[in-house]
Amino acid sequence: MAMVEVAWHGRGGQGAKTASQFLGEAALDIGKYIQAFPEYGPERAGAPMKAFTRISDEPIYVHSSVTNPDVVIVIDPTLLLGAVDITDGLEDDGILLVNTDKSPADIRKETGFKHGKVGTVDATKIALETLKIPMPNMPMLGAFLKVNSIVSIDEVSDIVKAKFIKKLGEDKTRANIEGIKRAYIELKIG
Amino acid sequence: MAEKKKSWKEIPIGGLILKAGNAMEYKTGGWRTFRPEKNDKKCINCLFCWIYCPDSSIKVEDGKMAGFDYDHCKGCGICAQVCPVKCIDMKKE
Amino acid sequence: MAQAKSKKIPLTGDQAVATAMKQIDPDVVAAYPITPQTEIVMYFSNYVANGQVSTELIPVESEHSAMSACVGASAAGARTMTATSANGLALMWEIVYIAASLRLPIVMPVVNRALSGPINIHCDHSDTMGARDSGWIQIYCESGQEAYENTILAVRIAEHKGILLPVMVCQDGFITSHAVEGVQLFDENKVKEFVGEYKAAHPLLDVDNPVTYGPLDLQDYYFEHKRQQSEAMKGALKIMPELFKEFEKTFGAKYDFIDTYRLEDADIAVIALSSTAGTARGVIDALRKEGVKAGLLRPRVFRPFPREKILSALKNVKAAAVLDRAESFSAEGGPLYTEIKAALYDSDIKPLVTNYIYGLGGRDIFPDDIKKVYSDLGAALKNKKVSNPINYLGSRE
Repeated sequence: MAMVEVAWHGRGGQGAKTASQFLGEAALDIGKYIQAFPEYGPERAGAPMKAFTRISDEPIYVHSSVTNPDVVIVIDPTLLLGAVDITDGLEDDGILLVNTDKSPADIRKETGFKHGKVGTVDATKIALETLKIPMPNMPMLGAFLKVNSIVSIDEVSDIVKAKFIKKLGEDKTRANIEGIKRAYIELKIG
Repeated sequence: MAEKKKSWKEIPIGGLILKAGNAMEYKTGGWRTFRPEKNDKKCINCLFCWIYCPDSSIKVEDGKMAGFDYDHCKGCGICAQVCPVKCIDMKKE
Repeated sequence: MAQAKSKKIPLTGDQAVATAMKQIDPDVVAAYPITPQTEIVMYFSNYVANGQVSTELIPVESEHSAMSACVGASAAGARTMTATSANGLALMWEIVYIAASLRLPIVMPVVNRALSGPINIHCDHSDTMGARDSGWIQIYCESGQEAYENTILAVRIAEHKGILLPVMVCQDGFITSHAVEGVQLFDENKVKEFVGEYKAAHPLLDVDNPVTYGPLDLQDYYFEHKRQQSEAMKGALKIMPELFKEFEKTFGAKYDFIDTYRLEDADIAVIALSSTAGTARGVIDALRKEGVKAGLLRPRVFRPFPREKILSALKNVKAAAVLDRAESFSAEGGPLYTEIKAALYDSDIKPLVTNYIYGLGGRDIFPDDIKKVYSDLGAALKNKKVSNPINYLGSRE
């Protein structure tokens, strides 16, 4: 397997860093080599930020940020409005996953991304219904699992449980996993 | 004659001084221009000189002023100054 | 392998160092948080609060106080650690020199960050490169894994009777300090056994054998004490290999002053510290496939400067580029470059050497940047001369 590189776009406080790490940790658990790291500008809630996940069967030595992601995940739909060039570096066979109530066709129109795959899911709605707060990071992780089978939902759920149970309690942990599963099912690809 | 100075191999590292009380070995008596001398008849053994001496050079035996440690006394004259009965004279070396 | 491979666990470079500190369980840690070192102090404070270590943690009000408290604790006979970055290191400055001159074996992880100004929190090596003449041993780490291992190893290096010098364990701010990677941790008991118990030769708290630390030291003996520091640094070059060997025997991880990648038959080589060397590895693999004989030399230890190791590693190299993540504003290139060039002067090998200042203030260095360096080296080789000795890689012209 070649290295899989994922770029997460969100705003400070939306959990992009956490999602990037959970994906990496799930892959590490099954014996892959991983890197998960945030790219900080000024660290403030609400500012656009990026996080990256690298997963490979071989040791990973590169230490620069990801410029040509295989998958771009947009956690905050307002980032499509032009503040950040979301599809920059995305390969022609790349995958763009967006948290939005719009269709993949709409997103293609908005971003001008003609190739690869575009997936959309209303992750904020799912988060509000499961977790009761607009924290769309875990649903977007579920969307990723739909388009890339490098780790399974069960493997990711194990990580979520291990990380959240003490911090958030049983109910919220279950709600987070529910959010992952719902986005996995509800993701539209086009 | 000055003591031969040691090489970097012969001294403790880090500038540490491993021997306590070694200031005794550093004789400052040679700095003196005036030496204190005591008139035993006048002395009331109040030990003001012992309290004030900055170089711990007043000898005391059995609670009484017993003379000067000329190896370390620098001849500053403070003892003579503070003596309430003026029994210490500073004499040229 | 000396021990069965345990499962890797996901840790940032900072967490990896904090974990090493937990396993070492030093007597005293005095530290002040500063980005991007903060997580080290944060996690270690948790260990203290949870009773997982028996360390006396001194939450000081500044880095100057942190290093001062470390000096006091270490002189008292305690195994002492701290951690810092950039401006924190700068604020310690006065006491950094004092720690080294008092020959106190303090271990200090430093998360490399640009030294202001303008103010910047991201990675470059200007902080520790500024401290290269302070008398501290300096180890530079490529990954969180290495930062973890070197922190453990540093304790033994610092405390070795023939060395007795403080050690900085440097890793790249954010790039490795905040990146999660799988880290292989050693068995805690083995770590404790490896570091052993620290027995200071002349602890201040030994009231039966009183000792004076820090007396005035003038023209008659100051020079001799400085000479002792020079000799200790030279001695470290001879003693450290024993500790590398013991470390390998205990934990299975191989260490040396330098690390190389495909350098044996390389015509052109990049010389770089820390995480950038990792990025170069992939570039080398790609170039090798094209038939370009590219290689890498990564000094792991910068102080003492491992001259002989570096010269012998470069013996077949025809052109080398030294990458400096710090500018020394000497108008003569960066600190690693000038050291390498000086080492080559009285050696038999005379490769073409160029300098690339890069990555200041966290400016990312990409595989393509390093590829350009190799391509420049190829051209220099062809023309038998360096067209530009000092270059600024990734700075806009």
